[in-house]
Amino acid sequence: MNFEEHAGKALLSARGMPVPDGRTVDSPGAAADAARALGGPCIVKAQAPTGKRGKAGGIRPADSAREARAAASEILGMTIEGHRIERLLVERRVAIAAELYAAVLTDPESRGPVVLFSTRGGMEVEEIAAAEPAAMRRIEIDIARGLTAGQASAALSGMDLHGEEDAVARFLAELYAAYRALDAELLEINPLALTDEGRLLCLDCKYALDDSSTGRQAPVAEAGAPERMTALEAEAHAAGLKYIELDGSVGVLANGAGLTMATMDAIAHYGGRPANFLEIGGEAYTKAETALTILLRNPNIRSLLVNFCGAFARTDVMAEGVVQAWRKLDPDIPVFFSIHGTGEEEAVALIERELGHRPYDLMDDAVRAAVGAAAP
Amino acid sequence: MILRRDHRILVQGVTGKQGSFWTRAMIDYGAAAVGGVNPRKAGTEHLGLPVFASAVEAAREAPFDVALMFIPPAMARQAALDACEAGARLLVCLTEHIPAHDVMEMLAAARANGTRIVGPNTAGLVTPGETFAGILPAFNKRVFRPGVVGVISRSGSLGTLVSLMLTQNGHGQSAVYGVGGDPIVGTTTREALEILDADPRTEAVVICGEIGGNAEEDAAEYAAGMAKPVVAFVAGRASPPGKKMGHAGAIVAGGKGDYRAKRTALEEAGVAVADVPSDIPGLLSAVTADRRAPPTRR
Repeated sequence: MNFEEHAGKALLSARGMPVPDGRTVDSPGAAADAARALGGPCIVKAQAPTGKRGKAGGIRPADSAREARAAASEILGMTIEGHRIERLLVERRVAIAAELYAAVLTDPESRGPVVLFSTRGGMEVEEIAAAEPAAMRRIEIDIARGLTAGQASAALSGMDLHGEEDAVARFLAELYAAYRALDAELLEINPLALTDEGRLLCLDCKYALDDSSTGRQAPVAEAGAPERMTALEAEAHAAGLKYIELDGSVGVLANGAGLTMATMDAIAHYGGRPANFLEIGGEAYTKAETALTILLRNPNIRSLLVNFCGAFARTDVMAEGVVQAWRKLDPDIPVFFSIHGTGEEEAVALIERELGHRPYDLMDDAVRAAVGAAAP
Repeated sequence: MILRRDHRILVQGVTGKQGSFWTRAMIDYGAAAVGGVNPRKAGTEHLGLPVFASAVEAAREAPFDVALMFIPPAMARQAALDACEAGARLLVCLTEHIPAHDVMEMLAAARANGTRIVGPNTAGLVTPGETFAGILPAFNKRVFRPGVVGVISRSGSLGTLVSLMLTQNGHGQSAVYGVGGDPIVGTTTREALEILDADPRTEAVVICGEIGGNAEEDAAEYAAGMAKPVVAFVAGRASPPGKKMGHAGAIVAGGKGDYRAKRTALEEAGVAVADVPSDIPGLLSAVTADRRAPPTRR
């Protein structure tokens, strides 16, 4: 789950970390008021859970309330990376001596947290790594010990930090503590400013909360940016189902992420196009009826492929759900089954008895039939 | 390690609905289940097995090699730390949706205690004809048969499908290794490949990969130096980028983890890559015949 800059900064600020004075506003008038209240030069920033806001023209300086109003008028309503801008952060602008980069992220390769730091802030991390690899330091953390002071100072040695090595080392420790406390997948401060007065200041904040931690971080998660979903996707999500709408015509109901993806691949391989990703694996295997009800409301579906390969998910329970939904909805599209694994005999017998369909023994035959039936 | 019939298994969360169902299936299959854990039912018996308050306590009364977790995500970290502390050689973690920071702590504890974790979010391990630990239908003889092909899968359902297709085409399995669908796992596809490469009963390996992460690229690096033939299928070719395809680890983000890069890495390592799962058995027959053929015919 991604967070907009203002929401991430509020979390940092609550932990005593240094962020600029600022106000979140949603109109040009409020932007002018915020600039007036902050006094002096400020900056007006589009709020969206994405980078590249500056390049898109979503971040502008303003030296007066009038300029802040004008900047806000231009930015509000813009679309950046598919996000319509409805909120702005108006912040006090400070004189900067240096722009640094600091981040903590969950690294699948080292299977632990990694701290990244660079004296070349303001650029994308990939750009820094490409342009000047020596300016990027990487610290692999043993999560049982945390970021040690020794690790931080060793990583910073040889870097020109304007005499603020200790302050930077302390900041990295605070950032790591915030990453842990907030169950972050990524906590990135870019740029981290060193002001003319020798203070560190988080000028931007990119925070992503681990999706498996939204439950235990419920109060924090409330401030997160909702995932963009279609109406049907939102409905499926609320029912605890993983559903993604696609632009094809062959509906897919399968169990397990890998099998569902492989089913979509097979549909494409045989010349069709999947209408959706929808899997009812794991604990969701009892939800076949709900799943099918949602899936069949997609008006582009011309045939349905049901592909079960039961391990944990019992195919007999899933087949029962399909039968229930089919009786209730009586859909006017052809359906093709392939059923194997746990509960297979009962499931096949049930589908034959209740729906009069004989499941295909080979998955590929079911896929080919479903693709053929969906052809215009 | 490859799971063997004499490996003693402790089931954490044995008294729950799924724990009971699958432990019963494992015992019927011949697995050496020696006990279970449930702090609230310690001292009782379940499925004829003694129930302990913790894995540490179980280790004293009923020594075990393998811990198998049927534990909900919020309690998984504690259970895993308990199993590591108890000295489990192998910990099979079925749980999905464990907070990532907890997973990293579990893996750190495993390293400190010399425990190998398989998972999280794995369907488990099957050694056909011998034993199994997890939620794969090892008992279904149409799906799993003893043989010489090692199978590695990030997905339980796809691993089951591929095993079925292998069995239907006369290829039995030496071991089926579910590595799990999470972005961070205790045993990677590459590590599972190394294990199967070292296993004298395994003559060829099938990798069932997915988009997202770099497990397949990493495995390809190792496969390039293997004498045993390797066949792979990578799921997700028809999946859109930027979306989590069910598994937390199955996402193409920022141009990383896409199908093309994985397929290229595998093919450059000499791995035969199937377009659809049903092509796997044929490719496997072709590469094994090729390797067995005398050099003059190549």
